[in-house]
Amino acid sequence: MAIINNRLTTAQYEANFADIHPPYESITAAKVDAHRCLFCYDAPCTKSCPTSIDVPKFIKQITTENIKGSAHTIFSSNIMGAGCSQVCPVEKLCEGACVYNLLEEKAIPIAKLQRYSTEKAMENNWQLFKRKPSVGRRVAIVGAGPAGLSCAHTLSKEGIDVTIYEKESKGGGLMTYGIAAYKVTPRFCEEEVDYILSIGGIEVKYNQELGKTISLAELKRNFDAVYLGMGVGVARQLDIPGEKLEGVVDAIQFIYDIRTKGYPSVSVGDKVAVIGMGMTAIDAATQAKRLGAQEVTMIYRRTREEMSCTQHELDIAMLDGCEVIWLAAPKKVKGSNGKVKQLVCSIMKLGEPDASGRRAPVDTGETFSLDVDMVIKAAGQVPFEKLVKKYKLDNKNGKLVIDKNCATNIKGVFAGGDAVNGGKEVVDAVQAGKDGAKAILSYIRVK
Amino acid sequence: MADISSNFLGIKSPNPFWLASAPPTDKKYNVLRAFEAGWGGVVWKTLGSQVKNVSSRYSAVDFNGGRVMGFNNIELISDRPLDINLKEIKECIKLFPDRAMIVSLMADNDKKSWHDIIKKVEDTGAHGLELNFGCPHGMTERGMGAAVGQDPEIACMVVEWVMEVAKIPVITKLTPNVHSVVPTGRSVVKAGTNALSLINTIQSVTGIDLDTLVPNPNVGGKSVFGGYCGPAVKPIALKMLTTIAQDTLTKKVPISGIGGISTWKDAVEFMLLGASNVQVCTAAMKHGFRIVEDMCEGLNNWMDEKGFKKLDDFIGKSVSNITHWEDLDINYHIIARINQDKCIHCGLCYIACEDTSHQSINLEYGKPYNTYTIKEEECVGCNLCKLVCPVDDCITMEEHRVAPEYLNWIEYQKRGLPLNDH
Repeated sequence: MAIINNRLTTAQYEANFADIHPPYESITAAKVDAHRCLFCYDAPCTKSCPTSIDVPKFIKQITTENIKGSAHTIFSSNIMGAGCSQVCPVEKLCEGACVYNLLEEKAIPIAKLQRYSTEKAMENNWQLFKRKPSVGRRVAIVGAGPAGLSCAHTLSKEGIDVTIYEKESKGGGLMTYGIAAYKVTPRFCEEEVDYILSIGGIEVKYNQELGKTISLAELKRNFDAVYLGMGVGVARQLDIPGEKLEGVVDAIQFIYDIRTKGYPSVSVGDKVAVIGMGMTAIDAATQAKRLGAQEVTMIYRRTREEMSCTQHELDIAMLDGCEVIWLAAPKKVKGSNGKVKQLVCSIMKLGEPDASGRRAPVDTGETFSLDVDMVIKAAGQVPFEKLVKKYKLDNKNGKLVIDKNCATNIKGVFAGGDAVNGGKEVVDAVQAGKDGAKAILSYIRVK
Repeated sequence: MADISSNFLGIKSPNPFWLASAPPTDKKYNVLRAFEAGWGGVVWKTLGSQVKNVSSRYSAVDFNGGRVMGFNNIELISDRPLDINLKEIKECIKLFPDRAMIVSLMADNDKKSWHDIIKKVEDTGAHGLELNFGCPHGMTERGMGAAVGQDPEIACMVVEWVMEVAKIPVITKLTPNVHSVVPTGRSVVKAGTNALSLINTIQSVTGIDLDTLVPNPNVGGKSVFGGYCGPAVKPIALKMLTTIAQDTLTKKVPISGIGGISTWKDAVEFMLLGASNVQVCTAAMKHGFRIVEDMCEGLNNWMDEKGFKKLDDFIGKSVSNITHWEDLDINYHIIARINQDKCIHCGLCYIACEDTSHQSINLEYGKPYNTYTIKEEECVGCNLCKLVCPVDDCITMEEHRVAPEYLNWIEYQKRGLPLNDH
């Protein structure tokens, strides 16, 4: 057993990482599905979208071949509507609420239709929003992820001059760095960021990290307001023996490498265990398999009832041949010569509901072992606790605390997205950015 | 199995489905294919003076993703030489003696032309003639087609010429491009026509190309009004048919129903409103002759289910159910009911009623699903909610009579009963 890269041929990599939800190839195809839409009033799909996209309207606009209008409808609510159409877990959002589900009929493929209109807009570089003349106010945003970009775009439309500080060399945040490549390609993410920024009035300073190359005091001094949208950091530590062995990796880092280095460069074990059952765990497990791992086993301490990924996501992993062991918690990683050899897990059972309302796993005392050479940790991400505490920002275990106006305890400093909620969907972060921008606009106006 | 064979003026066919006079019936090749597919009869594409056609000729109206809801054409009568048509007609009759062969005619507007062509056609052994008084384009400019059908006196004159020589049954086809088909219908019945057929196509502009700004169909950058047909015209055809079926004079002759018939259901509706048989064109032009299979089977199954043994058992049965507004029962009242078990919460009933009708639906917000209920005291029983609801039998209209007895508008006024109750 070994952790090696370059396991497959170019053709195999291409096939394994091809678009999992291919787009419509013609407007005729899009219209066939669009015509099925009932054009619901006060539509459940819209109400189930965190950014409240007027779904029936944008679909109706496809049927009338008003694709520009359709894209405008989408982007007006969600400036990352193109990316969201590829990464949103729509089965639990808009499509999950589609009234056709209640007829036991196939839901409208909302994401696919949304992708159609938004891709057309990006391909043709339609400028659907016009920035108002500069009002001479400046806002600094930390993080060019979904929250930061959404906030920046909303502010720029209103004539605010925005500067974004991004610690990576590219924008898009977890969209660019943290999602399975078969859902959305790095190239697409770059194009999406460029498209969002094409409104003008937004300067992005890359490789600038808060607390390292820039300070909050500096931002406060130089700008009328600051928005913190820096997301969350590294994967949660398991705090078990053997975690430092070679072969124990962080899912976020693993996915980051796949997205930045190219598939053949990323090493993967023969037998891989993935800890966790969230979206990131699925993305790590499926991609480990698609990189050529022989066996991938997902370890989750609760059951299918409590898992945070959707059934649709789990199906992707299962169809890729990943195994799942429910009610198992990692206890120890055993190794030899400093390398992972075995994962020892405790067998759990469900007890009383915990703070999240889900039944808490309880150790039965029994254990089992899995022979593995790689362990990918995807048991959630932790916020930038040290950074937050350093700046004396109110927080809850590192997650920023904001009031109903998106304001932190420091005057003029606002926040949103994963940095506040601890890690949710891209679409949630986009809405947070919009909310933040609205709050900043009213703050600047009364200031 | 019900008997779906048809006898129209003694012209027998194994079913009541004829192909209307149009491109599908303009030559032996198509007609033989139609007979092989099972069509009961054909009305051969109109013969008359020599014409020249243009390109393009057709255009369509699509609706909500469906193609050819409506269709129009600017084609003229047959542009093939008369002697070839006559020879082929004869051959088709010989090959399929059990099918009806009607020949559509549009001669120049003089007695001799009509007499000449009728004699030639009768020599083929055709079973009947259909007079094309309806073509709305191209021929009208020459005083033919709809130009005849729109003027009861001219129509009467031409039918009189025809009846002087015709030995086989004569069907006069009426144009819908008039305020009422009845005057011409009465006029030609008086002149002796054996039967009527309706409707011919309706003058139309189907649409405009929004890039070139040229209406459809485009003939080298220009267009003309074309004859509209297909499913879109069916309701208009049914209304015109009813007026002919109810008129004291025109109802005395058999009627061949035409206008947007695509399915056995459409055909049954025409027959319930007085058509003895039906003619089909657009549906065949869209799908080919094979559609007749389901038309026959569907008609047969429906008749069996309803206990009708032969076509005459139901032809005309709905004619008396279309009455005058003054005769409608004002005490009949229905109220919508939404079956909450079937409701999918699309809100279409609500927004239709709220924005455009009587604000009779209550909305209770929910996330993501709202609950919709009827405000019974406000509901006027208009049907709109039921019509827009996408779920079968989710909204039903339930009878809540105002009073048990029949009460019409005339009596209502006499009694001085209150108005404006809504």
